[in-house]
Amino acid sequence: MDKEDLIDEIRTRFGADVESYAETFGDQTLAVRREGLRALMSALRAAPYDYAVLLDLTCVDYAAVESRFEMVYHLYSLSGNRRLRIKVSLPAENPVVDSLTGLWKNADWLEREAFDMFGVGFIGHPDLRRILMYEGFEGHPLRKSYPWRKEQPLVPMKD
Amino acid sequence: MSGPGFLATRFDTALGWARKFSLFHYPFVTACCGMEYMSAACAHFDIDRFGAGLTRFSPRQADLLLVVGTVSHKLAPALRTVYDQMVEPRWVIAFGACAVSGGIYQNYATVQGIDRIIPVDIYIPGCPPRPEMVLDGLLKLQEKIQKEPQDWRWTKKT
Amino acid sequence: MASRLEKNARPDSMLLNMGPSHPAMHGTFRIMLELEGERILNAEVEIGFLHRGFEKTCENRTYFNLLPYTDRLNYVSPQINNLGYAMAMEKMLGLTVPERAQQIRVLMCELSRLSDHLTCLGAMAMENGAFSVFLYMMKAREFLWDVIEFTTGSRMTTSYIRIGGVRADLGAGWRGSVKTAILETRRVLKDVRGLLDANRIFLNRTRDVGTMSPEDALSYGWTGPCLRSTGVNYDVRKAQPYLLYDRLDFEVPLGERGDNYDRYSVRMREMEQSLRLIEQVAALIPDAAPRLEADGIEPAEAVRRGRTRRPAQRIRLSPNLEGSEKDVYPRILTADAPVVVPPKEDTYTTMEGLISHFLFFMNGTGIRPPKGDVYFSVEGGNGEVGFYIVSDGTDRPYRLHLRAPCFHILAAFETLIKGRFVADIVPTFGSMNMIGGELDR
Repeated sequence: MDKEDLIDEIRTRFGADVESYAETFGDQTLAVRREGLRALMSALRAAPYDYAVLLDLTCVDYAAVESRFEMVYHLYSLSGNRRLRIKVSLPAENPVVDSLTGLWKNADWLEREAFDMFGVGFIGHPDLRRILMYEGFEGHPLRKSYPWRKEQPLVPMKD
Repeated sequence: MSGPGFLATRFDTALGWARKFSLFHYPFVTACCGMEYMSAACAHFDIDRFGAGLTRFSPRQADLLLVVGTVSHKLAPALRTVYDQMVEPRWVIAFGACAVSGGIYQNYATVQGIDRIIPVDIYIPGCPPRPEMVLDGLLKLQEKIQKEPQDWRWTKKT
Repeated sequence: MASRLEKNARPDSMLLNMGPSHPAMHGTFRIMLELEGERILNAEVEIGFLHRGFEKTCENRTYFNLLPYTDRLNYVSPQINNLGYAMAMEKMLGLTVPERAQQIRVLMCELSRLSDHLTCLGAMAMENGAFSVFLYMMKAREFLWDVIEFTTGSRMTTSYIRIGGVRADLGAGWRGSVKTAILETRRVLKDVRGLLDANRIFLNRTRDVGTMSPEDALSYGWTGPCLRSTGVNYDVRKAQPYLLYDRLDFEVPLGERGDNYDRYSVRMREMEQSLRLIEQVAALIPDAAPRLEADGIEPAEAVRRGRTRRPAQRIRLSPNLEGSEKDVYPRILTADAPVVVPPKEDTYTTMEGLISHFLFFMNGTGIRPPKGDVYFSVEGGNGEVGFYIVSDGTDRPYRLHLRAPCFHILAAFETLIKGRFVADIVPTFGSMNMIGGELDR
């Protein structure tokens, strides 16, 4: 299926949930409402779109400028050799979104990392806890509000 | 005549000689410097010819703690535990810029040099240091071991 | 710390902790096991011991200055990370890189890929007891690193592949060092194949151990040799060709069963293909014009002579800067935009050159990508290495995210070792090639 036709089909099928479509530097990007995310993702994973691989899941902090967090998902279809980027805006006061753990197995660890680094909540995640930072670390390091050089040592430091 | 006598200094020298040429190291390898550690330990640059070839992965059996690579705050308790478990006499080499001073990483996650956690004897700078620098550091440590007064008599440490 | 494993463990099973400082844990990885005798009932993995704040650091550094941090991600194949970042930026800035620079990039990437596979398989073999294999592979790696050092000045973390091209042209006599490296690596691979391929002990430890099905592998987002060992044919160099890969002739080896032995075998065959690629690219690269040694005047002399007017003679730079002279720039760096380090001849002899040097390094002048975000991926030693860069029009990235291949591969580790013996952990973990710098960023 042609890349442009595919996007048109997704937009007609999901109507209100797809907020906008853009093509930045050659990458196809769909902006989606967070309520419709899970339905859209499970449809994209199945035929005919066939996005079998969740390549990446990450978050960008726009809390200071536009008071929102933006979840960014990268999908890849092996059979069609096409990539797709999905973006979901989350309000800064309540950054929660549906978890994708039932759809792709690596969503487990990826969402744990997004939670650890940004504090985004994932509804339906079986075991949401820190993965890269340690227990007892306060704050979410990749948020713009976290000071870059603020260390929280576990062992008493000399000098 | 004060100070250690002739026999004691001769014994110190002999013990220093034995200790410096039979270092069992514990490679606490974390990051990129590990690759240069592997190069230094393998056939091309060989630390075995200096007597330090055998790795001992138990702190009890090692006398040289070779901290290779970046130590993050998450790993710091493990490093402290390993150092505490080592038996005297023990020496520590900080291998690589990250172990020496935090290297190019100065942020919320990195310990700015392992000498904030444990006492260090030799610092080997470099990112990563060439194997020749590693051997130079090892030779300096051997010199240090030879010259320092050896603790061979069991004394109660206060 | 009470982990999930401890809370759910049966009261009569044994809890064992492996790592984070452990001979077979490739640096820093912690596995907590619930054991009944030798059999693993449950496993829990803890990562993050090498989290060095790469992504946050990149938000605070200019686009050029964060290049050394990308070297230290997958530190066994550093040039491939450099390449991924440079090409993502070139995509965003719309630059075209000269042909020679692309050829040199392919050469460096394949050397890095070889070094990655050699280290992985050497470490895996050593942990399984085949210490000689490790020594042989490290020997081959030294020859490869000699080639890299000859041109870039550094054996490992080179920061050589830059936005817009490469740092310096290949040194004179590079062909000889490449030929030696290929010869020695082929010898080592032949020896290792004789030692391990049909070795009863190695087969027993790796055949049908850590088996992964293709559907699960795709669901976990596996890419690279681990995915190809399950039979799925996905290689970024073939699917979305970049640099010269669509013009070069190479195969993508596949496995059948997705077990440890297949991962080993796929990597061995990939090394053969990398050697073929290096030979092809080395044949493609034309010989550069020879440089006249005694020609030119020192920069200090040029400044003295040119107080009112810049002298016409060529400026002779120090041997450290060999390969990055001003007249070499058109071959190795793009002229599309001022995204490259200003030539040293100008920096050392003219005021404007000095100012532009400072502005470039301190201020990031020159690299100002338009607002927007970009994702670009290359085939790394472990799989698809992707860079997602969000730019807000300033000289620093707003957000830079690395898509780390071994993060996804290790997400499956707990399920792979569950139900197996403790001894199966070592070959399984070794064949997955965990690189801490990439896993934890």
